[in-house]
Amino acid sequence: MHRVKVRVVEDALDANNTIARANRADFDAHGVTVVNLMSSPGAGKTTLLEALLADGIDGVRVGVLEGDVQGSMDADRLASLHVPVTQLNTDPGFGGECHLDANMVRSALPELPLHDIDLLIVENVGNLVCPAEFHVGEDARVMVSSVTEGEDKPLKYPLMFRTCDLVLVNKLDLMPHLDVDLERFLHNLDVVHPDVERMLVSARTGEGVQAWRTWLSELVAARSGAAV
Amino acid sequence: MHELSLAGAVIDTVERHAAGRRVTAVYLQVGYLRQVVPGSLEFYFEHVARGTLCDGARLEQELIPARLRCGCGREWELDGYDFRCAGCGAADATVVSGEEFLVESIDVEQQEPACTA
Repeated sequence: MHRVKVRVVEDALDANNTIARANRADFDAHGVTVVNLMSSPGAGKTTLLEALLADGIDGVRVGVLEGDVQGSMDADRLASLHVPVTQLNTDPGFGGECHLDANMVRSALPELPLHDIDLLIVENVGNLVCPAEFHVGEDARVMVSSVTEGEDKPLKYPLMFRTCDLVLVNKLDLMPHLDVDLERFLHNLDVVHPDVERMLVSARTGEGVQAWRTWLSELVAARSGAAV
Repeated sequence: MHELSLAGAVIDTVERHAAGRRVTAVYLQVGYLRQVVPGSLEFYFEHVARGTLCDGARLEQELIPARLRCGCGREWELDGYDFRCAGCGAADATVVSGEEFLVESIDVEQQEPACTA
């Protein structure tokens, strides 16, 4: 028995990225744009989706893939808006994975109505760390950060804040009740991810939701334009 | 906390290259921007490795500093959060290094070839 060195030089996340590319190819084949929606737990992803989908997006058929460790509470909420919702639980037992990975999304593909939608919003498991590492085959990454989480989050979770294409700063309606310094939050965001697109929104009052709707609509249009 | 998932990804990658041979060491390059806590990754690696070819293997982590390059020609090593170019103020500097999460090589045990003499 002797010891030999084997040269590998492979990104340890290659396996995930390969599956993510396969997902992407399937989404492309159906002309579906995919958005990976991420945040900490309780930042308001589902409530924002409710606000977005209550009035729909003009000319864009939307479906939702709902990722949760357990349960279908969020999916049930969204299904009442007559939007196709597919539930994906990361573990059938007690406590599962803290994020969605490409393989989990792949396993849900047969359940997704890809022929009948133009935009799939993947609501990831609430977590500011792991989801940033795992691509699922998305075209864009949107993260929600609520003002109640404080000003320092971009500095504490730079990987997440750097990986996203758009930051929705949610719960703006609560500002009068908080000591949070919004300017400092935006400054910290700019330090970690200079010039990243950001929108100030409130799922509760609907403020800023139209801007997000327009952003999504333009993303779908840009993508279908590119496919032609 | 993502170190648990990352440890699993490292072991999956290593097992594909080990081709059934027992692994004694894994050499990993970890970029500064990956937000990996080395001690935490080592801890999870040891646990996830149990019962795999990596059982008992040593995990060697080489930390790669983050370097950025701006269109104006300035290049710097990230010190904290200075992603914006201090020279011209541009926001779109390219990350030259620091995003690695790379299994560079592994040490495996191999049977001596049978003596034919």
